[in-house]
Amino acid sequence: MTGRLGRIRRVSGPLVEATGLDGVTMADLVELGPARLPAEAVAIRDEVVTLQAYEYTGGLRPGDVAISRGEPLSAGLGPGLLGGVFDGLLRSLVGAPEYLFPGRREEPAATTLWHFVPEAKEGDEAWPGVRIGTVDGVGLEHRVLVPPGVAGRLDWVADEGPHTLAEPVARVGEAAIALQTRWPIRRPRPVLERLNGGVPLFTGQRVLDLLYPVAQGSAAAVPGGFGTGKTMLLQQIAKWSDADAIVYVGCGERGNELADTLQELRELDDPRRGGRLADRTVIIANTSNMPMMAREASIYSGLTVAEYLRDMGYHTVVIADSTSRWAEARREFASRTRQLPAEEGYPADLPSSLAAFYERAGRFRTLSGAEASVTVIGAVSPAGGDMTEPVTAHTQRFVRCLWTLDRDLAYARHYPSVSWRGSYSRDAAVIAGWYTGRGDPEWVRRRARVLALLAEADRLAELAELVGVSALPSQERMVLLVGQLIRRAVLQQSATSANDATCAMPKQAALVDAVLTVHDRSVQLVSDGVSATAMEKVDFTPLLRAREDSGSSDVDAVIRRREELLGVLDGLT
Amino acid sequence: MTPPTQLEFCDVRQVVGPLVVLKRVEGVGWDEFAQVRLPSGETRQGLVLEVDEDTAVVQILQGTQGIGLSGVRLAFEGRPLHIPVGEGWLGRVCDGLGQPRDGGPPVFGETLRPVAGAPMNPVARATPSEPVLTGVSAIDALTTLVRGQKLPIFSVAGLPHLELATQIAAQAHAGDEPFKVVFAGMGLSHPDAAAVRDVLEERAAAGELTLFLNTADDPVIERVLTPRLALTVAEYLAFVRGQHVLVVVADMTSYAEAVREVSAARGEVPGRRAYPGYLYSDLASLYERCGRIAGRPGSVTLVPVLTMPGGDITHPVPDLTGYITEGQIVLSRSLHERGIFPPVDVLGSLSRLMRKGAGPGRTRPEHVDLAAQLVAALARSGQAADLAELVGAAALTETDRRYLGFAKVFEGTFLRQRIDEARTLDQTLDLAWQVISMLPRRELAMLDHEALDSHYREVVPDGASP
Repeated sequence: MTGRLGRIRRVSGPLVEATGLDGVTMADLVELGPARLPAEAVAIRDEVVTLQAYEYTGGLRPGDVAISRGEPLSAGLGPGLLGGVFDGLLRSLVGAPEYLFPGRREEPAATTLWHFVPEAKEGDEAWPGVRIGTVDGVGLEHRVLVPPGVAGRLDWVADEGPHTLAEPVARVGEAAIALQTRWPIRRPRPVLERLNGGVPLFTGQRVLDLLYPVAQGSAAAVPGGFGTGKTMLLQQIAKWSDADAIVYVGCGERGNELADTLQELRELDDPRRGGRLADRTVIIANTSNMPMMAREASIYSGLTVAEYLRDMGYHTVVIADSTSRWAEARREFASRTRQLPAEEGYPADLPSSLAAFYERAGRFRTLSGAEASVTVIGAVSPAGGDMTEPVTAHTQRFVRCLWTLDRDLAYARHYPSVSWRGSYSRDAAVIAGWYTGRGDPEWVRRRARVLALLAEADRLAELAELVGVSALPSQERMVLLVGQLIRRAVLQQSATSANDATCAMPKQAALVDAVLTVHDRSVQLVSDGVSATAMEKVDFTPLLRAREDSGSSDVDAVIRRREELLGVLDGLT
Repeated sequence: MTPPTQLEFCDVRQVVGPLVVLKRVEGVGWDEFAQVRLPSGETRQGLVLEVDEDTAVVQILQGTQGIGLSGVRLAFEGRPLHIPVGEGWLGRVCDGLGQPRDGGPPVFGETLRPVAGAPMNPVARATPSEPVLTGVSAIDALTTLVRGQKLPIFSVAGLPHLELATQIAAQAHAGDEPFKVVFAGMGLSHPDAAAVRDVLEERAAAGELTLFLNTADDPVIERVLTPRLALTVAEYLAFVRGQHVLVVVADMTSYAEAVREVSAARGEVPGRRAYPGYLYSDLASLYERCGRIAGRPGSVTLVPVLTMPGGDITHPVPDLTGYITEGQIVLSRSLHERGIFPPVDVLGSLSRLMRKGAGPGRTRPEHVDLAAQLVAALARSGQAADLAELVGAAALTETDRRYLGFAKVFEGTFLRQRIDEARTLDQTLDLAWQVISMLPRRELAMLDHEALDSHYREVVPDGASP
């Protein structure tokens, strides 16, 4: 790639202006100064090109060179993504130095050899999505496909053997197909068609799977102030959801947390496929102290990687923590380029960029004809916990599921602190159909009863605050009690417990059934004359601890606890 | 290291607030450091905020009083600000820019490091996993500080946050491992600064402490650099010298105001409450410098102190801080008014890394469960207290009344502590058991039977049934 040579004339933090870059187009990649810092063209006025730099620009001065690469900001996609850790521009952080000084780094993966096994042969017809072969690596089978835009007949396919990322393994006419392909991150990768979906993405988190389920290919947002357990919940989904691959984008978040996620993923086994959970995960880490503009790009890098894996036929989940930091990076740059601010200083394109981001989610027929999906889950960090601030408010318009985290629940150490007042799932109806079709019509009934009891318990709790619990009729006191039991025995879930971190669907159902059965019996007993006070004094601990004391799919243990407790209740008469 | 070649320019065209606009400049880069010489012979320091062709905008750290269009010379160092680092800083008291305030010679170091630092590769980080013990029960038991963590103290004007921060700086230790403290005060009043020096004197004399003091009447803009100096010194001690370093920074609100002042002078588009849009990134570039590096022995732990203007936790400074730090210790005015020190609002406080740094093999096996149980019980006590105010304690269930009794003992014996009292971890946890024993055993679902059997001794108040 030969570049055009320009000259820097102004530097103000990540905002750089250069002249002499003839022929540069919007969103092109430009390298700045002797360290060749990457930057992207964001405005062109006469001969002055405005660039946003992706690294710290300290020491960059007027007169330094600017080289146009003649292509938009692109990510290198190939084997080695799964199990890897990358920065916002998809450069490997594994093998990079302890401190990330700006400038070019050697890509350690460039010389790695990958074992290629051909499947197609010379003379086969080739069009985008056709499988040429596979590559041995960690995690999922890596499928080498004919990239978009290439069609014709395979003139040559490499023999089985080791290849570097850049080496061609097949040729279609003029086009050489290497193990690594490049794709501009801001452009969605093509598919045959969008499909309607209704298959739940199982998360292993009871409050989500039971009350606010998300479908494969759907989009969900998790708004929550700091300290509400946002990152924890997202990490749980990354670990336990039943997707084939997870792309975890740590966008402007904490370094220690990422180190922790990384360590845990490496230590945990993948319950579905065996191997390490890390091997089905791609981590894009752009912590809050890493360059701000790379944070903006990291979201798109993550989506692009997920789409690349989707094109191989995999169900993928992109977790973006946090989209607010991405929006803030856009705001910061908009203010440096003196764009007219819209709501709270955010640029006017905030709603449309959010919509475009979440619309890259979906269930698709890929170019190779497979059914695969990209589910997008975005954290939102509302400034000051204000749910009406622009990023939170606009995000709600574009997602199917909203999992609102509640500060009061978090203060009371009720985790995950997903609120049953402010959350919703627009996928619930289709997922109910899926469960019914699979022979589990009870799922709908359980969900409806739990939601109704929670709402009723909330209403009564407000009343009790005014008049005192003892002034309520016994039946209503039983509703208050079941409200407590649902929260503590079902909705709360301990991320740190080996038994409780994830919960299989049968155990989820058993826990709900246990609580509902105990409730029905309590209601029966108080109507038979047992005092509500006596009921409230019963030691419910065995039921409360059932989620932690029994294995993540141990249904029998839950049933035993239920029967024990029912025995105790019956002894009250 | 040889000093880089300097370039000198003197064509000042504008002086606005803390900024000087210089023309006919060549070869100067963004974020470079400059020495400013006034006609009077006085020298000041400056940072380059923008370069545009032959124009440079320079922020003068000590302010622009006495600077006019002529007679001022700015010598640019050809690189961002570097300072000497090494053990020479230990035992010293300096101003906000690292100039000695203790009558001693300038600090020399083993090598020079850029104060801006560089982002730590998240892959090179090691997960924080051992506690820093502060001797303060509320913190050690309930919001355990972990080596490599950033845990701010959120307070309001008039509360004893500085006293608490100083107590932590004076008492904190890492067991038998080498431990150092870097304390950076920004915008402190003279009595406060003197009090800090007093309390920390012993630690300074032992060569375990570096004190950076920028008082309220010192130049505002130099506060932009003070925490960066402190962290640069700490990083070297930790990751090159293998020490565990605690950095205490007070008050971050003063720091953020200095950032805002510079932003306003530049005419930048103001964000929330007129703080610049990049305040989050700016704060993160400080807070994220703490941590541990895999394969290296030391650690940098950070305790920033900040006062929430008007007690508003949604104010940008505490809000953005909370999003970056790993928890928060919140002080409560109502506890303070009841004469309780430290007035830690336990329900509002949280240490996200606690489960990493406490528990089996680190503190005591039952520690994490015990802490969770105490907090949950306090939440329940709070509800009972609210209810009691509306309907009277007599209308409460017996269990709720037990919770009220528990909360009272918790505040009186566990939370309350003398300002110079360093409790050992065992003292703290034994006290916690005493307090939780005020509740009936059936309420303690978060504790396992083994722990309950060995530590729980129920205390039944008069007139209650066991």
